[in-house]
Amino acid sequence: MKLIGLGDDKLAMTVLFVLAAVTFIIPICNLMLPADSALHFSAYTVSLLGKYLTFALLGLSLDLVWGYCGILALGHGAFFALGGYAMGMYLMRQIGTRGVYGDPLLPDFMVFLNWKELPWYWLGFDQFWFAMLMVVLVPGVLAFVFGWLAFRSRVTGVYLSIITQALTYALLLAFFRNEMGFGGNNGLTDFKELLGFNIQSEAVRAILLMLSGMALISAYLICRWIVSTKLGRVITAIRDQESRVRFLGYRVEMFKLWIFVFAAMLAGIAGALYVPQVGIINPSEFSPLNSLEIVIWVAMGGRGTLYGAIIGAVLVNYSKTVLTGLMPEIWLFSLGAVFVGVTILLPDGIVGLLKRRLQELQS
Amino acid sequence: MNAYAENVFGEYDTRVRGIMISASELDVRHGPILYLEDVSVSFDGFKALNDLSLYIDAGELRCLIGPNGAGKTTLMDVITGKTRPDTGSVFFGQTIDLLKMDEPSIAQAGICRKFQKPSVFDALTVFENLELALKTDRRTWSTLFHRLNGEQRDRIEQIIETIGLGTCHQLRAGALSHGQKQWLEIGMLLMQEPKVMLVDEPIAGMTHQEIERTAELLLSLQGHHSIVVVEHDMEFVRSIASKVTVLHEGSVLTEGTMDEVQNDPRVIQVYLGG
Amino acid sequence: MKANSIKCCLRLSAILMLVFSLAIHGDQEIPPASKLQDALSILKQGSMADRELAVNQLADLGASSLPILQALLDGKLFTLKSDTSLVIGIDNNHGYTLSDALTGSEKGVIERSAVTKINLTNNLRVALRKIIGQLQLSADDPAIRLAAVKAMANEEDDNTQSLLKARALIEKDEDVQQAINVVLLLKDMNSSDKLIRIKAIDLLKEQNNRDVANRLNAMLEKDETGNFIEADSEIRSVAKAALIKINSRLQIYSAMETVFFGLSLGAVLVLAAIGLAITFGVMGVINMAHGELMMLGAYTTYVIQQLMPNHLGISIILSIPAAFMISALVGILIERGIIRFLYGRPLETLLATFGVSLILQQSVRSIFSPLNRSVATPEWMSGSLQINDFLSLTWNRFYILVFCLLVFMLLLQILKRTRLGLEVRAVAQNRTMAKAMGIPTAKVDAMTFGLGSGIAGVAGVALSQITNVGPNLGQAYIVDSFMVVVFGGVGNLWGTLVAGFILGIANKFLEPFSGAVLAKILVLIFIILFIQKRPRGLFPQKGRAADS
Repeated sequence: MKLIGLGDDKLAMTVLFVLAAVTFIIPICNLMLPADSALHFSAYTVSLLGKYLTFALLGLSLDLVWGYCGILALGHGAFFALGGYAMGMYLMRQIGTRGVYGDPLLPDFMVFLNWKELPWYWLGFDQFWFAMLMVVLVPGVLAFVFGWLAFRSRVTGVYLSIITQALTYALLLAFFRNEMGFGGNNGLTDFKELLGFNIQSEAVRAILLMLSGMALISAYLICRWIVSTKLGRVITAIRDQESRVRFLGYRVEMFKLWIFVFAAMLAGIAGALYVPQVGIINPSEFSPLNSLEIVIWVAMGGRGTLYGAIIGAVLVNYSKTVLTGLMPEIWLFSLGAVFVGVTILLPDGIVGLLKRRLQELQS
Repeated sequence: MNAYAENVFGEYDTRVRGIMISASELDVRHGPILYLEDVSVSFDGFKALNDLSLYIDAGELRCLIGPNGAGKTTLMDVITGKTRPDTGSVFFGQTIDLLKMDEPSIAQAGICRKFQKPSVFDALTVFENLELALKTDRRTWSTLFHRLNGEQRDRIEQIIETIGLGTCHQLRAGALSHGQKQWLEIGMLLMQEPKVMLVDEPIAGMTHQEIERTAELLLSLQGHHSIVVVEHDMEFVRSIASKVTVLHEGSVLTEGTMDEVQNDPRVIQVYLGG
Repeated sequence: MKANSIKCCLRLSAILMLVFSLAIHGDQEIPPASKLQDALSILKQGSMADRELAVNQLADLGASSLPILQALLDGKLFTLKSDTSLVIGIDNNHGYTLSDALTGSEKGVIERSAVTKINLTNNLRVALRKIIGQLQLSADDPAIRLAAVKAMANEEDDNTQSLLKARALIEKDEDVQQAINVVLLLKDMNSSDKLIRIKAIDLLKEQNNRDVANRLNAMLEKDETGNFIEADSEIRSVAKAALIKINSRLQIYSAMETVFFGLSLGAVLVLAAIGLAITFGVMGVINMAHGELMMLGAYTTYVIQQLMPNHLGISIILSIPAAFMISALVGILIERGIIRFLYGRPLETLLATFGVSLILQQSVRSIFSPLNRSVATPEWMSGSLQINDFLSLTWNRFYILVFCLLVFMLLLQILKRTRLGLEVRAVAQNRTMAKAMGIPTAKVDAMTFGLGSGIAGVAGVALSQITNVGPNLGQAYIVDSFMVVVFGGVGNLWGTLVAGFILGIANKFLEPFSGAVLAKILVLIFIILFIQKRPRGLFPQKGRAADS
């Protein structure tokens, strides 16, 4: 919760340094070195790292609204999923005649459902620029409408958390429906090409990793800049004493809305980077559990620090990969234990712990 | 870059701007800056304010006293937009209807408040607390790109000196003592350059010297600002007030100088014999 | 072929005449047991003519031969190849479960090839169906008679009409009498006399009967050439008026049915939400593990049922206190172990209890397997209450509604009249003051949380009766129950009740137009919008305390 504290800069620099190394060295190694070199990473590792980085970006965006503005959004995964769907729709349209049914216009699932023409909301997604615009615009507009309604009528605290959860739950149910035209249960998958490049190829994967890392680093720097401005101080003030800020003449709802929309757009970008690397987007991304997991990444890393969210996201997801691989039953037990343990024993997260260690070392 | 052109929330902000314009047209030709007429507020049948009428003159320093539950804090809530009265009207000058405005617009119009419980932002430094209160454009985008100029910096430094926190510049407000928090909040009040200051129990938790300095400060502000002080400490009230209003059971019992009020048998009845 | 079928018809009418005369005179000279034996021995002799004769004889014997005739019709009557005795066989996975046709005694299971089915011709089958109907009409059980009457409504035959008329004279049961009247009136609608037809339609329009509605509908339809099936325009207009009347009643009944479904869904929601309302309203604690406490209740029901599989009814009753105790205990553990460290930090409580919910889910998955378990429903809870053709209420939903109201009333009384209730209300209104007055707030918190959790367990028992029991049971209800609490207004039990019923009914009324999933989405969106307008729900707490 401390805004300025000993060790913040040191830790942040370390995280940035590691990030930069992952972002640039691994992809360059993979692109330049032959496949049998010791420094050549497997396609699996590269995609996995890329996935972690998009999750870190997602965690970062949630830390902005929760750690700094005090809005515990339990539906943040919805924005991630929407960004992912926007990207998925572009990738679907790139399949063209290579689908199972070979329809030049309609994705396979629409042919399967006997649809005759493309729904209007699929138009334009064959254009990369349009899809990228939608990646930020769709989550942004949803966050704007929802936030406008919620913040203006001063829905706060747990009420807000619950209705954000209801929002993502409603979207989950909606996207499960075949009639929605987003592939229903199965979602969008079987992608072939991204901007004309084979999406399965190692080079594209390495570049996607690099892009994810660059997106994360720039998002981190932008977020850091935001919280260092006066606007950052206003949202921190809102987190601690919302009504007092109002009596200073600030329109609290506009500030919350601004930060909420911005974070939703970041989440959308994260989703768009995630989809080509895992090769699928389906409605389960909307499930309330996913959104709660994001919260625990941030809580575990240490909220209100930004780089803590990055640490938390990578750490929790790495454990998830390892544990679900070793013994799947253990994963939910440990995730549950992390939820309980972090809230009771580690309110400042790992970053808080590290900072205390650093302070001890210095004195 | 024009802050307006890039503001995505344009429509909403014109409303705010409209109020800011009307605030500059504050009409106090008839004397009073605040008009409260027949204001009633009830909570679950309990009448916190009961047909209260009160006028505050421009530049006046007014003290409000009254026993607990007389409606002092509710009165401030009504003026600042926190509580909507059931009936009655509240005007700022001749023309500005405060009942049509919400808290931020009332604050921007120039009515600022210090709370009974000191409310400063614990996570921010003393300097940052004052910076937030500084009278500037309150819109989101201009806040994002706001940079303090030399003049504004000087103003903040000057206020820090005035409130006696010169040594606590970069200290987080959460680390201040109760009295210091009170001062910081008064400082925030000054930063907003308000036309009307509502000051709820300013001296609670202060040492004797601090109380004297508060009295001096308030007296020096008189004339530039209209000030309404709610206080229980009769000695303090006597030391600053030219005019005292006594509230009882949600309406005005009597008004006058401290001496007149203290000798009013009804006031004695309320305070002692109730 | 033709000659054969004519012969059959003659024979059949002879059988019918015989039965008819029997139904009226009922002579009994030879003891029925030996007659039955005779008939059966004729039946198993190969030729079709013999079978007709045997069926005749069986029909003479009255209601006692019904099971055999029914088995014959259903193709379940066999001769055993080994000893050529007649048996009734019920198909199971491996062969037939046999019982002796004559005595009804069990004869064990045998493979399919060991028996020969007694075959029937189509004509004989038609005749048999009729005979069975007539026998049923004179059965002792009014329910069988009622079913027989209803089956006869669709038969175009003068004989059935006279049969029914005869029965109407001696029928004592009101429902059966009524049903016979309807069938006879339906037959009158085919009369050549226009007046009789109009009168029949006029009388029938007061009936809540699907056959009547279908029949009237059919009369108003056009055939392929575009002519009305009913040629007479006067009768058409009478039928149309009658149909409008019936349909308007049908609409009322279907609305009543929707309301009932809505109320029962609402009851489930209320049961799920009410424990939450207590913990949220009184303690300000968001318990995300509430759904999993319900799941525990449902699994308790499952386990108890496994322990006493032959006493379904008792096991359900026993499950209620057991589920309450188990969930309450787990709830108190959660409160003492986790939540009490997090008071005043609602968002952290939310996260920690969510962690608990994951652990509970996974535990159940590990102990019972991730597959759904089904809990059997006792007899008195299955089936439905048939009010008329247009309206029937299923018993399990009905009981859940009653159960929900009982739990609600009990809870109100606990909060109103007991010492614990007084303390709970005191703590809810002003924690510091209650503490100052010597109320042990820590103990009250634990008890309150236990109470709320226990009710979740009880809700789980109810849920086990309408849905499968699985590890995800709780998750499916948690968002809904939060919506109910938020919609109703925190800290107000009546609000929860009203909100649950409103949401349940709204859901069920939307479903026909939008489908179940979309209805749910619409309701969620409605609540999201509703909270914007009234952030404190339908019945907000008022006063200065509510501000803080």
